[in-house]
Formats: sequence, C-alpha cells, structure tokens
Amino acid sequence: MSNAELIAEAGKIVDVAGKDAPLTVRGLTVSYGNKPAVFSIDASIPAGSMTAIIGPNGAGKSTFLKGTLGVVPRLSGEVRIFGKPFAEARDRVAYVPQRASVDWDFPARVIDVVLMGLYKSVGLFRFWRSRHREQAMECLERVGMADFSTRQIGQLSGGQQQRVFLARALAQNAEFYLLDEPFAGVDAATERAIVAVLKDLKAEGRTVVCVHHDLSTVAEYFDRVLLINVRRIAEGPVDTTFTAANLQETYGGRLATTHIDELRLA
Amino acid sequence: MSFLDYFIDALFLQAGYNSALVAIGAGLLGLAGGGAGAFIFLRKRALVSDAISHATLPGVGIAFILMVAFGGDGRWLPGLIIGSAVSSAIGLLLVEWITRQTRLTEDAAIGAVLSVFFGLGIVLLTIIQTMSSGRQAGLESFLLGSTAGMLISEATTIACAGALAAGFVFILRRPMTLVAFDPEYAATTGINVRYVDLAMMGLALIVTVIGLKIVGLILIVALLIIPSVTARFWTNQVGLMIGIAAVIGGLSGYVGAALSAAAASLPTGPIIVLVAFGFFVISALFSPLRGGLASAMRHWRFQRRVHRRQGLLALARREPIYDGLTLRILRHSGMIRRDGVATLRGRIASQKAARDEARWAMARRILSDDSAVERYDGLTPIEDMMTPDQIDEIDRVILDQNGAPA
Repeated sequence: MSNAELIAEAGKIVDVAGKDAPLTVRGLTVSYGNKPAVFSIDASIPAGSMTAIIGPNGAGKSTFLKGTLGVVPRLSGEVRIFGKPFAEARDRVAYVPQRASVDWDFPARVIDVVLMGLYKSVGLFRFWRSRHREQAMECLERVGMADFSTRQIGQLSGGQQQRVFLARALAQNAEFYLLDEPFAGVDAATERAIVAVLKDLKAEGRTVVCVHHDLSTVAEYFDRVLLINVRRIAEGPVDTTFTAANLQETYGGRLATTHIDELRLA
Repeated sequence: MSFLDYFIDALFLQAGYNSALVAIGAGLLGLAGGGAGAFIFLRKRALVSDAISHATLPGVGIAFILMVAFGGDGRWLPGLIIGSAVSSAIGLLLVEWITRQTRLTEDAAIGAVLSVFFGLGIVLLTIIQTMSSGRQAGLESFLLGSTAGMLISEATTIACAGALAAGFVFILRRPMTLVAFDPEYAATTGINVRYVDLAMMGLALIVTVIGLKIVGLILIVALLIIPSVTARFWTNQVGLMIGIAAVIGGLSGYVGAALSAAAASLPTGPIIVLVAFGFFVISALFSPLRGGLASAMRHWRFQRRVHRRQGLLALARREPIYDGLTLRILRHSGMIRRDGVATLRGRIASQKAARDEARWAMARRILSDDSAVERYDGLTPIEDMMTPDQIDEIDRVILDQNGAPA
C-alpha cells in the first residue's frame, strides 16, 4: 500500500470511532534497538467499549500499550487520547502495568500502593487526609481486598497483587483504563473479581482495553478485539473480527486448527 | 584525660568549640545522606553513587589549580565543592549517556567512569604536590576525610547544604517513591522518570560534595547506603524507612565525629562508616521484623506450630499421638486432657485444622502456580492468606468433588 492509501485508510478508521474517541492511533512504530516491536499500527477504540489486544508472545501487545502512553519512546506515528495528545489527557487515563514489572519486596503496605493512585490529587507538599484513605479503602473494597489494607505487599499472592494494582488505577477515577495482562497467572476467583470490576467500569460508560492472552475467554469478556502481530492484523467487534481466518493470520502455525475450533468464534 | 572521658565530652559537645562544630556538621551530613540514600537503595542504583563520588576528584584538583592560578587560597572549601560538583555531574551524565547510547550495561559504564575519573584526579593531585605555590598540604584528606582544623565557615557550608538536601528529599519524596517502585506507571501519571532519576542522583551528588571534607570521597557511598539497608530491617513502610535511615545516618555522623575528635590520629570518614556498620550489625541481629534473632525465634515458634498442627490433625483423624513435644503443646494449650482425650476446644480446633488442610490441598491443585501456595507453610489459617471469594471458590470445587450438588 502506498503512503497515501495508508493515510486514507487510517482516516476511515478514525471516522468509525469519532474524533474524540478514547484512543486513536495512526502509524505507531516502536522499536527496541533497530528491530520494530510494533510496526505502523492503526487503531481506534470507541468510547464505552471493552477491547482485548490479542497476539502471540513477542507480538508487541504490551509495547503497543506502552507506546500509546509514552512509556517507551515512539519512533513514528500519532496517538490521540480523547482527541488530544496524551500529555493533555493524562488525568483521564489509568494504566495497570504487568504485575511482574515491579519488585514486590518494596517497603510498602497494600494501602500505600493504592494511595499512589492519588498522588496527583494530593499535591507535593500536603499530607494524606482521611478522605484520601477512605477513597483508597473504597477502591480496595471494590476488588475485595479491604481486609488486606495493612499487609506488606510482598506477602500477597499473585492474584491479590493484581487486585491491588487494579485498585490503584481505580483510585485515579479515570475514564479510560489500559491494563497489561491483568489475568496472567491469577486464580479463578481473582479473574472473576477483576472481570466484574471491568464490566462495572464499562457499565458506567468508561472505556477498557486489556492485553489478553487467553483466547477461550475473549468472547465472554470483551466486545471488541485488536489482533496484533508486530503489524495490525484486524480490529473490530468480536462478532465479526474474532474469526478463525484472522486468528490464523495472527498466530500463523503457532495455533493448531483444532484449538481454533474449540473457541467461541463468530 | 582518658580517651573515654574525651569521647563522652565530645558526645555532649563539651570537648571544645571545634569538636562540637564537626560533630553537628557530620550529624547533618549523615541525616541528608541517609534520607537521600534511601531512594537510591530502593531504586537499586547504589553503585551509581559510587561513580559520582569518585568522579569528584578531578574537580577538586582543577578547582585548586584554578584558585591558585588566580592568586586565591587553593583550599577555599566552597570553591572546591563547586569544582567537585561540576566534575561529578559530568561523570553522572557520562554514565547515563553511555548506558543509553551504547549497548553497555550500567555497571560497565559505572566501572569505566569511576576508574577513569579517579585516575585523572590522582594524577592532578600528584601534579599539585609538585607545584611550588599554594598550601597544597591536606588536599589528599579529601580521599578519606579529616576534621582537624575545620573552620566555622566550612561547618556552616556543610550544614546549609545538608539542610538543602533534606528539603529536596521532602519535596520529592512522592515522585521518587513512585519512580523507585514502579517507573512505568509513574511515567503514565506525568512524572518525568529521567528527571526524577537525575534529581535522585543530584541529591547523592550534593551529599557527596559536602561530605568530601568530613567523610572523604572513597567512603561517602557507605553513608548513602548503610543507613538505608539498616532501616529496611526495621520497617515495611517507605516513609518510615526514609526517616529511620536519616536518623541512623545522622547518629553515625555525630557519634563517629565525636569518636574521631577523641582520638585525633583516627581518620573521621572510616570511623563514621564503622559506627554506621555497628548500627547495621545490631539491626541485622536484633530487628524484630527481619533480624537474625527474630527469625531464630520465629523458627522456634514455627516448630511448635508444626507440632500443634500435626497433633490437631491426628485428633481430627482419631489417630494416636506419640510425640512427647506434641502432647505437651496440646496439653498446655488446653486441647487435650491429661489422659490424652480431646477437650471441647480441642475438638473445635482440630475440625478447623482438618478443614483448612482440605482447602489447602485443593488450593494447591487449582492454584498450582500462585505465589500464596508457594509460600504456604501448612499452618497459617487460610483466612489470613486468601480473600473470602478465593476461599468460596475452593469450597465450591471441594463440594463438586465430593459429588454434592454445586
């Protein structure tokens, strides 16, 4: 495709979700060294949707998320959050990193981590007030962790750590939530608890995007998918986009045909 | 006057004006070093501060040469501090640049910068020794620190810079905590991680250059790191840890300076570091949270809990108990009577133990890769380690297994 065609196609995508959509990405390329981790990705996430980003290991799913939020530098491309550059829409966005990306032996209690979500609202010099603590406790309540608020974070199980990370994002009271592998290595109860919170967020009109690895739950949890393997393979509603053909194109030989047959596909 | 008398006098600022000055200056320096060092320790960049300190030496030499060349006193402390700050800032930026622009890792960059700058500094000092003008004697005391003949102006400079560093620690405490714990998340909330990292290292730089006179550049890294490591033994909260680190650093500086005032031939820097190490050893042994003694106690209690649990499970399964310690523990806690028959309390506790055991057995099957399962010691009540909905899930699976309607 020529450059002009690419731009024209990207323009069409933008039209689908509207100019002030929570996320509009055009031609995003991020590379580590001289090898692109994601190459020229277009995407557009409509407000109030729940989108799964799917692709094989090393396909650049997490990198795509980090690239949109400026955590890793962009090589090229344009990212708009609610129609603005990310720096201007920061307060409307909450990010939940991978659980394994931090050292859980850090000297902090559960409540301290949730309070980190309120750093913006308390300011540099002032101290925590009881209303901040109440707010943090409410968020812990929503993920079922209120009884663990004074626990040292190193004593938590993997699923509990993930819930604490989600509670910290809830404390930010954002309109757009981006989660990196929230269901990786968590127990069934935690998975249900997190899904319930995410569906609540959607019901409140907020937008959710998750990097997701479990194909068997895509249709159950999400209403949209973005299929990535370094390049964008497909994007759209689960009904029409989460198809055997698209999955085969995304995963190539890594996904057995029998496996695809077992999935609830369109 | 004996050494001890003199030390006690120095400790209570009675050993003369000069010793009091040094002790207070060293205390403030330790306070700033402990506070700033806590973040560097949590960010796992202790070695960078070592590069910063070694990179001060060429600056000291060049500042001395320049001040002599312009006809001034080559040993004027503010001038030497500015010179050392400039050269260690260059060293710090070089480490950063090498790490970002080449494929070298940070430790390799640190090693290169540290040795090259230190080598250059030593060459400059040697040249200065051969210069005819300017009272160059004493410049080498910047290596290991010395407090003999300290001036009031020097002590004031150190105190002001120490207060400045402490103020920075307070203002930047939240961004620095967030960057140390979770830099990626910090970046999304609008914190410039690179600037915060530079500010953190800038703090180490301030502490280093004001500590040159008292502790010396070779050992200043100890004043940044030992208090934080020591504080970590005492608390699981980052705010408290910073406070404790600052207090330990301050005490080490103060007591160390008093000690070296009592025995003038002892170099100040190494004494301060040894005092800090003393605090470390005491903490490593006696901290109730992570200390050696406490963990020995925990092991002792753990053994008793194992016996108690095994006894309770044996009661639940109506098996005979032979182990003398198990019987003693069950008797003492009122679980069984003298004749070995379970009391009401014993029966309730044994049923609870049996239920927990079944739940954990199931948890190990359905949550095989969960860290709670890995850490489970077989003794902790399940309510302490799992949330209510996690326990419900386990119970539901157990019920399914036993064929009861789900």
